[in-house]
Amino acid sequence: MTPVSINTGRLRSPFYPRLAELDSLNTWHNWAGYSSAEALYCEDMEYFAIRNSTGVFDITPMTKYRITGPDALDYLNRLVTRDMRKIKPGRVAYAIWCDDQGQVIDDGTIFHLREGEYRLCSQERHLAWLTTAAIGFDVTVKEETAEIAALAVQGPTSYSVLKNMGIDGLDSLKPFGLIHHQIFGTELMVSRTGFTGDLGYELWIDPDKAIDLWDALFAAGKLHGIQAIGTHALDLARKEAGYLAPFEDFLPAETTVRTGRTRSPLEIGMEWLVDFNKDNFNGRRALLKEKAEGSTWRLVKLDIEGNKTADHSYIYADDKKNSDEIGFITSAAWSPVCKQNIALGTVRTPHGKPGDNVWVEVYYQREMHWNRVMAKATVVDKPFWFPARRGMTPPAPF
Amino acid sequence: MINKYDAIVIGAGHNGLVCSALLAKAGKNVLVLEANDQVGGAAITREFADGYSVSACAHLLYKIQSQVEKDLNLNINLASDNLSTIVLSEVGEHVTYCGNKVTGVNESDQKNFAEFFKRMTRFSDLLNTYLNKPPPRLGTKNKKDLFTLAMLGFDLRRMGKVEMREFLRLIGMNIYDELDERFESPLLKGGLSLDSVLGTHLGPRSPNTILTYLFRMAGKHGTLSTPKGGMGSVTKAMSDSAKAAGVEIITNAKVKKVIIEKGTATGVELNDGTIYNSEIVVSNADPKKTMLELVGARNVETRFTHRIDNIRMKGNAAKLHIALNKLPTIKGFSESDYSQRILIAPDENYVERAFNSAKYGESSPLPVLEITFPSIKDSSLAPSGCHVMSAVVQYAPYQQKSDWNEEARTNFKNDIFSVLKQHMPDIENCCLSSEILTPLDLEKEFHITGGHWHHGELTLDQFMFVRPVAGSAQYQMPIDGLYLCGAGSHPGGGISGASGRNAAQVILKREKR
Ligand SMILES: Cc1cc2nc3c(=O)[nH]c(=O)nc-3n(C[C@H](O)[C@H](O)[C@H](O)COP(=O)(O)OP(=O)(O)OC[C@H]3O[C@@H](n4cnc5c(N)ncnc54)[C@H](O)[C@@H]3O)c2cc1C
Repeated sequence: MTPVSINTGRLRSPFYPRLAELDSLNTWHNWAGYSSAEALYCEDMEYFAIRNSTGVFDITPMTKYRITGPDALDYLNRLVTRDMRKIKPGRVAYAIWCDDQGQVIDDGTIFHLREGEYRLCSQERHLAWLTTAAIGFDVTVKEETAEIAALAVQGPTSYSVLKNMGIDGLDSLKPFGLIHHQIFGTELMVSRTGFTGDLGYELWIDPDKAIDLWDALFAAGKLHGIQAIGTHALDLARKEAGYLAPFEDFLPAETTVRTGRTRSPLEIGMEWLVDFNKDNFNGRRALLKEKAEGSTWRLVKLDIEGNKTADHSYIYADDKKNSDEIGFITSAAWSPVCKQNIALGTVRTPHGKPGDNVWVEVYYQREMHWNRVMAKATVVDKPFWFPARRGMTPPAPF
Repeated sequence: MINKYDAIVIGAGHNGLVCSALLAKAGKNVLVLEANDQVGGAAITREFADGYSVSACAHLLYKIQSQVEKDLNLNINLASDNLSTIVLSEVGEHVTYCGNKVTGVNESDQKNFAEFFKRMTRFSDLLNTYLNKPPPRLGTKNKKDLFTLAMLGFDLRRMGKVEMREFLRLIGMNIYDELDERFESPLLKGGLSLDSVLGTHLGPRSPNTILTYLFRMAGKHGTLSTPKGGMGSVTKAMSDSAKAAGVEIITNAKVKKVIIEKGTATGVELNDGTIYNSEIVVSNADPKKTMLELVGARNVETRFTHRIDNIRMKGNAAKLHIALNKLPTIKGFSESDYSQRILIAPDENYVERAFNSAKYGESSPLPVLEITFPSIKDSSLAPSGCHVMSAVVQYAPYQQKSDWNEEARTNFKNDIFSVLKQHMPDIENCCLSSEILTPLDLEKEFHITGGHWHHGELTLDQFMFVRPVAGSAQYQMPIDGLYLCGAGSHPGGGISGASGRNAAQVILKREKR
């Protein structure tokens, strides 16, 4: 046998040289085996780039699987809870998938690249599950994370930036649509997707052309306030959009040991993604039962009084003593753009219906000493941040 | 033609027939669809040479459950009963055992054998109670399940502390160590080793071979008989009983798929496109074929599919049929010896060595054999004065390296004949024609995945609560209205009818709710 050499160290994205040039904070962390910057120069400024101009985030580490073969559609339809038959070529679907017990394994996006050819992207790695799920299907599941470099280009000026770059077809590109564009002698895939809840795109290209893409993008965005950003800025933006993060707002079922710590889609506000009219999908039997018998948990979006961030707080029922503990906060932030104290949390049913009041026990530190306040909070239905430009086609130019 | 039934049974193997008869007796309108041109599955009689017939797969009756015989009013005509097992010695000093008696061994072996037999039958009796009912589910609050589990514990304890400890010590163990501790005679140890590994992918040194031995003894304590007219007459009697109860049986009707709508079985579709509807679909086909081919992975969950896909069920037992112009000479044999069950398994290490090859995808160069000459007591099987030999030969791995090409088949046949010749020097002169069925052939002829004796290896990890797989041991599959009734479900293979009977009980109980 010839020895194979495997890089066991942390990987660097093909954009790393450019990110390293811009980086002055040196705060890198591990994302699926890659170095990913938490922030490059100032997380607040990076966040405002997303909301006021254009923020560019390196999503190369996002796990990508190519799914092809005669049974690709049937395979995906059994894998995820929504009906993939409705996702035509050139469209993207946000989707979740469950284990046999109907507990969420992860969420992700599925790109219908061309007829019968799909790419599934998720934050965590899932090759073992996806391969197991392929038993009995004529389908090929191939990990292609390292074969594609990708950038998220998000913010109100992102449309103009990409137009400046000479990308056609953006005017008619609707949210969750994708187009293919020829550039640098290769194919650039542009999808109107993202994790910020704002107008934005994601660009997908051969890693050899990554630097070319970066340079062209930043040249085109120079006058439109384009900025590279890190994960902290993105994390704040996703909370404002009400998006969930695995390991924070739910635990991927495949890696969770304790019973009762996982969540079903119905328990994390994803019922709209579950299509019981489909003949079958993984977890369907369990979820039908849960629907009939009632769920244990409910995910809530909270608008909290005051300005003290409610990280990891307990949530209490709105009764006489406010001492009936009903759940806890999983993600919290002060939202600069909404000027709201926001949080995502999980509470026991029947608590937490939209419009309900609950109480949040917030601890905060002032010069070493801890203080505690009970802050009233309202359960809201809609995302905290949902600008009209996010859905506008064509988006407004700048 | 009406196409709507109360229940459809896929496959007219003996378990399918038993199940259908019991459903019909309970008032159901039942249809049985069989792929082959005759009923019986692996329990049939067929001609393999002009004028010569044999039981084409299973050939000895030792597990048929008395409850099944009673429930179906079966009247099985036996050609021979209470057969002895003779383990051949090249020099004619054979060892013969039957019940708790053994001859051809020293006094200490005789005494130990009686003791061994007593203990093994006591344990197999305990086991047998649980083979004839659906296994309890683990981790549920269902009263019946909890009660059955408690009974199991109670029954174990009731044997007394020493026996219980012994049971728990033995149940996962290999037969080799147990035999080596007890006996001296190599032939006796060889014969009992073969008894334990017949039909499995196990050698006598493999763990679990005491379980397989107990399974063999369960019910009738290993008492052997042959039915008149071959095994086909048993399934003929079963199908007669089923028909009398109103069951409709269609042969040459291969089911292509189970029709499933939103997680519920609604009927089946045949290869020719014919559709039959029913709210209850029962499959006598093995679990892999049923779930992966007839139902399809898309209709069931991922982990469940994974478990089904991982069921170990690669057969190792081949079948040899020989048309004989006269009985071959066997040294030291009296006339009546020929009509017994004859083993070639000279010692326990020989059996283990025969298994070695199977691990690496090769057939045994020195195979072990279980031989019968059924025509001696049943003249219907061969022209007068002539005979047939029916033998199970191990090991012939399903996944033979060359996929059983002509060369591999010829080599294996030659190996078998060399072994036979050592005990029957004139066998080649007696042989008019012969047929060998490898597990691959058995898979084709009987539609059993892997051609496996038990429709799935009979080992502790695929036994009782976890047969065929964890979470579905009670015949009900995770599709509403879909059940298994074949050997791949609890308790396992052999002509016993237990799976079919248990399944029918479960189905009828569910229906009542
Ligand atoms: C070589 C060998 C020797 C054996 N010797 C003995 C022995 O001596 N004594 C003993 O007790 N046991 C013996 N056995 C074991 C015994 O034969 C089996 O365990 C038993 O026959 C299983 O019965 P069953 O009814 O569950 O399944 P089967 O007999 O396999 O019946 C299943 C039926 O389903 C049908 N079927 C499958 N798919 C379809 C479809 N798609 N559409 C329609 N029909 C379908 C098949 O054609 C078959 O008729 C032996 C096994 C082997 C392999």
